[in-house]
Amino acid sequence: MQIIREPKIYDVCIVGSGAGGGMAAKVLTEAGAEVALLEAGAMWDTEKDSKMFAWPYDSPRRGAATPERPFGEFDGCIGGWDIDGEPYTNAPGTTFDWFRARMLGGRTNHWGRISLRFGPDDFKRRSIDGLGDDWPIAYNDLKPYYDKLDQLVGIFGSIENLPNEPDGIFLPPPKPRCYELLVKQACDRLAITCIPSRLSILTRPLNGRHACHYCGECGRGCKIHANFSSPSVLLPPALRTGRLRIITNAMAREVTTNENGLATGISYVNTQDKREYHVRARIVVLAASACESARLLLNSKSSRFPNGLANASGTVGRYLTDSTGLTVRGYIPKMSNGVPHNEDGVGGMHLYMPWWLDNKKLDFPRGYHVELGGGRRGIPSFPFMSHIERYNGVGGYGKTLKSDYRRFWGSVLSFSGRGEMVANDDCYCEIDPGVVDKYGIPVLRFHWKWSDYEIKQAKHMQDTFRGIIHELGGTPLEAMQSQDEFYGLLNGGRIIHEVGTTRMGDDPKTSVVNKNCQAHEAKNLFIADGGPFVSNADKNVTWTILALAMRTSEYIAQERNRLSI
Amino acid sequence: MKPISRRKALQIFGSVPAAAAAIVWTSTETEAAQAQAQAARRQAVERGSPFKPKFFTRHEYATVVVLADLIIPRDERSGSASDAGVPEFMDFMMIDEPVRQTAMRGGLAFIDHLCDARFDKLFIECTDAERRQVLDDLAYPGKVDPAFAHGAVFFGSFRDLTASGFWTSKMGIEDLQYLGNRPLAEWKGCPSEALEHLGVKYEGE
Repeated sequence: MQIIREPKIYDVCIVGSGAGGGMAAKVLTEAGAEVALLEAGAMWDTEKDSKMFAWPYDSPRRGAATPERPFGEFDGCIGGWDIDGEPYTNAPGTTFDWFRARMLGGRTNHWGRISLRFGPDDFKRRSIDGLGDDWPIAYNDLKPYYDKLDQLVGIFGSIENLPNEPDGIFLPPPKPRCYELLVKQACDRLAITCIPSRLSILTRPLNGRHACHYCGECGRGCKIHANFSSPSVLLPPALRTGRLRIITNAMAREVTTNENGLATGISYVNTQDKREYHVRARIVVLAASACESARLLLNSKSSRFPNGLANASGTVGRYLTDSTGLTVRGYIPKMSNGVPHNEDGVGGMHLYMPWWLDNKKLDFPRGYHVELGGGRRGIPSFPFMSHIERYNGVGGYGKTLKSDYRRFWGSVLSFSGRGEMVANDDCYCEIDPGVVDKYGIPVLRFHWKWSDYEIKQAKHMQDTFRGIIHELGGTPLEAMQSQDEFYGLLNGGRIIHEVGTTRMGDDPKTSVVNKNCQAHEAKNLFIADGGPFVSNADKNVTWTILALAMRTSEYIAQERNRLSI
Repeated sequence: MKPISRRKALQIFGSVPAAAAAIVWTSTETEAAQAQAQAARRQAVERGSPFKPKFFTRHEYATVVVLADLIIPRDERSGSASDAGVPEFMDFMMIDEPVRQTAMRGGLAFIDHLCDARFDKLFIECTDAERRQVLDDLAYPGKVDPAFAHGAVFFGSFRDLTASGFWTSKMGIEDLQYLGNRPLAEWKGCPSEALEHLGVKYEGE
């Protein structure tokens, strides 16, 4: 079949419209570049498409999940761990669940807006504990970009002066919900740090965007753009330059290269007409997500690059990590018979617990933070208070049961740990030798194994969360899982923080990109997603993807002006 | 040994109009079935158009209505599960999430089997006291006789689905006094009564 080639040569072709791609598009178009931005999914206009303020009874499904929306039918993110026609495989005996978004803005449409800077220690873990590797950059290299990001996107938080939880340029945090104060009391008694959360949701108007109206449903997409997503914050200024062309329904197949080994553009399949197209560009920026970008490189094979592009080191797809994660829920009798009031607040917790202990005194090397949920926060939705016997102790039916639901609704707290895993040789992705997706593109095969570090950390989470629940006078809703079940640790990929597959480093033998996220092997190829991360801190990765993408894009603009690329 | 007529009737009732099924029913059963059918028709008229289940047979649907209303009955604060449209919701969910179908169908049959063995009647033909006697054996997970374990598992998931259907309805959400999902000009935190209930206060207040 003939490949359809557009005559125009763009300055830059970006793959992916999420955090990294959106930031690259903004910085590069504003620097004067003509940019083509490829997105595998469809257009999405949150002002029109968001289900903000919908009630469960507006749908016969009452908000339940659908194949396209695993977080519920009103959720703002189209995608999931299983996408029809886009499989991936797992090596025998291993499990990794790969979440992908398929829409403008990618996974910035799905996240809790928890926007934590990596701290000074997070860039040099090997120097501290001898495990994994140090980054080739330090916190101070990224700090100016975090600062600019805070001012561009908007984030609330509080100044705490904690050594490895750098403060930002914060809007005022919302007051805690009443049950969050209760948790803080318990944490104070247990010497667990509990502080205002740091979310990229506007508590004051910023840069022409409205402040939050506290409906608590950020996950549905915000019609007034009061929270961060790439289409709400990054793509509009890029479009205003007149230099951005967004090409949706474009599933990238490979990075094309010339006889000099430089990238020449991207070939992609139009998911609607199923035909193959080629976009030519002087510079290529991959921001398709850590694993999708690795897949693209591995599928970009040629006689010059038999292992795939930028993969002479063999490290593309290696060092894959996700955050560790598990949740413990507890019924807190003190919270039953609550006073009816609107607890929605912003679309996330108002308080959280950053890592508060010293790993030198523990039997696992890396920390975790704790996310807090529960109370009467959020619209009653399907499923509602499953296993009532865990609340009232008996079960039952009839009028007594009905009043029990009223009495106990809102009396559950959840504690979710999100921890750092150490990259290991058993966790990676590669091209499956026999399987293609519906576009004919070879798919990824994942390998995954938790080490004792993560399993011991999971046990510590369990003990800690159950300790807090008991301190609150409550009872955990479920028994602790056994060691064989990794204490309830969710499958790799479930926390949707995967990074590391195209890691950065000074040595081309052990890394894919240099400290500017520029491929060692092709100087006009850059990576602007989570792939270049050398380690995965116990902090949600988006804020660092954004800061790195801003830094990378400014570097591209500067080098382009110097005509070095 | 039980006559096969009841099981046969169950099948027939599921697929043909009640009047035709009556030929193999005793007079009491016919009356009960007719009363149920009349009630359903009356409700349908009250709602404007008759609801036609896509998954449940007519007999299953009648069972679902009775069972859901036993779990969440009308009281002084709000209506019953069927008042809130729970049976219609369940029918939708069976089509939307087909993985639920076998357990639901089998569970309803299990309940009928229990009533059949105990009272020689189907669940919907039982008196209120008889129905409660059956539910008492299924509804309290800590005290279930192993002989009824399958029924208890079914009842637990049916109760969950009933609760999800009821408390996500307009009636249910109002009953819970959920006050959110609306825009606020300002977030002022929680009111003092709520703080006092938990024994907490804001710093500096």
